[in-house]
Amino acid sequence: MSSLERADVARLAALARIDMTDEDLDRLGGQLNAIVDSVAKVQEVAGEDVPATSHPIPMSNVHRPDEVRPSLSQDAALSGAPEAEDGRFRVPQILGEEA
Amino acid sequence: MGAARDWTRATAAQMAAAMKAGEVTSVELTQAHLDRIAAVDGDVHAFLHVNAEGALATAREVDEARAAGEELPPLAGVPIAVKDVLVTQGMPTTAGSRILEGWEPPYDATVTRKIRENRMPILGKTNMDEFAMGSSTEHSGYGPTRNPWDLERIPGGSGGGSSASLAAWEAPLAIGSDTGGSIRQPASVTGTVGVKPTYGGVSRYGAIALASSLDQLGPCARTVEDAAYLHEVMGGHDPMDATSLDEPVPSCVDAARQGREGDLAGVRVGVIKELSGDGYQAGVEQRFEEGLEKLKALGAEVVEVSCPSFDYALAAYYLILPSEASSNLAKFDSVRFGLRVEKSTVEKTMGATRAEGFGDEVKRRIILGTYALSAGYYDAYYGSAQKVRTLIQRDFAAAFEQADVLVSPTTPTTPFKIGERIDDPLAMYLNDVATIPANLAGIPGMSLPSGIAPEDGLPVGFQILAPAHEDARLYRIGAALEKALHDDWGGALAAQAPELEVAP
Repeated sequence: MSSLERADVARLAALARIDMTDEDLDRLGGQLNAIVDSVAKVQEVAGEDVPATSHPIPMSNVHRPDEVRPSLSQDAALSGAPEAEDGRFRVPQILGEEA
Repeated sequence: MGAARDWTRATAAQMAAAMKAGEVTSVELTQAHLDRIAAVDGDVHAFLHVNAEGALATAREVDEARAAGEELPPLAGVPIAVKDVLVTQGMPTTAGSRILEGWEPPYDATVTRKIRENRMPILGKTNMDEFAMGSSTEHSGYGPTRNPWDLERIPGGSGGGSSASLAAWEAPLAIGSDTGGSIRQPASVTGTVGVKPTYGGVSRYGAIALASSLDQLGPCARTVEDAAYLHEVMGGHDPMDATSLDEPVPSCVDAARQGREGDLAGVRVGVIKELSGDGYQAGVEQRFEEGLEKLKALGAEVVEVSCPSFDYALAAYYLILPSEASSNLAKFDSVRFGLRVEKSTVEKTMGATRAEGFGDEVKRRIILGTYALSAGYYDAYYGSAQKVRTLIQRDFAAAFEQADVLVSPTTPTTPFKIGERIDDPLAMYLNDVATIPANLAGIPGMSLPSGIAPEDGLPVGFQILAPAHEDARLYRIGAALEKALHDDWGGALAAQAPELEVAP
């Protein structure tokens, strides 16, 4: 299995929306490589004939009647937001200047 | 009347009985625990938030209701500590992360609601590894909790705040969450009791999710009976959690009562061969063997079982957990709650916020999960890990053909020193090697104290596992073993812990 290169870690961090400094990449990169090497052993026993299990207890879909029921008020839903305006979550601009 | 009794040393069951008999009030009990927290938590740091006024208000209401002759639930008036993973209205909830510092949730978790309905004063919120990622509480964004047995050592994790609060006599009961051992491993290293119920046995609504197919809330206590009472308070079907089991709450208290009668004739106990030997400390194995002898003396038949796929459990877990966590933690995006580090665009704001708000272990696992789920690697990593999960379930199924319960040491070693494994994630992950298989299979497990390792004087945990839906078996076998051990020790193991220094 190919190891994680520094550039791979930088790309994954960007995909996961976590800014990383050079120092972060040095520190976490090496540790991540050791972890990836260690967990790769799952492939040794994962044969074609073994089905995958996604959920520990077998269950079927759960439904409820399509009826309105009590939920958070708008104020309550916005109460933890870093910024709100006119009853909505306020965010910085979506597109960069270059867009 | 002699000197005033120190109620913090009582069990929850004793407290409940004493209130009923009019020997003590809930206000007195609650105040005694708040005083204890004030006296020792500067050193232990089990609590992130102490809810003194709220707890006393609940206690007063219970006392008034009791005086008025109202019918009350069994644990009414018994104070409890709540792991900071559960959302609680009117109290901050952080899951141990700086990204949620100061957040007050606008709703209660189902388990929080049940605690309130059972009229139990909530003493406060307990410390934990950030988003429950860790085995030592060293990954908390608010500093580590210390083990009351030795303040230089870890109290386990992620629920180290809950386990330490019990071992330090700051609370008689606590809530935990167990994704790979976060209830059982802290119980093991603090000489307390912890139970991970069958997956779906307790509602996860309002529990901040780590890995949704593995997470399960459960009771933490100092005795098996106390855990049984709390389990029955927490458990039961909840339409707000789609994975909640629609079946009756197991009869944990009755099972514990039956266990204390001390007859295990006809019970088959399977010792898991793969969870011993290399890496297991001598004193841990010694106390485990002694526990087996006790079970035999009570009439149980002890057999050896083999679960060969367990050798792959840790690897599968550290693919499945990060994958699910990377998805669950995407919601911390600087928009709806928590920290925001403002930059020129939303995307840059998210990157800066998550860089500042998350600690190293959370970053490691999110990146690992992002990798395991990415195109081209999915089948090799996440897909293979899910197949290992099937193999582990098959191992358990075969083992439960031969035995009613399975047993092992809960952790390979007694608690290590704070700082010892912080820069070596793989060494840290090994703490949970014996607890993880139960989460992968969804089955229930318990850890209870089996003594003190002779070489270091620190507590050792004994793990019992049962088939899915058979949580009551844990309480029967656990209570039988506990009673036999308590008869030898002259009381609970926690009483053997060194006295903590009390702040003036």
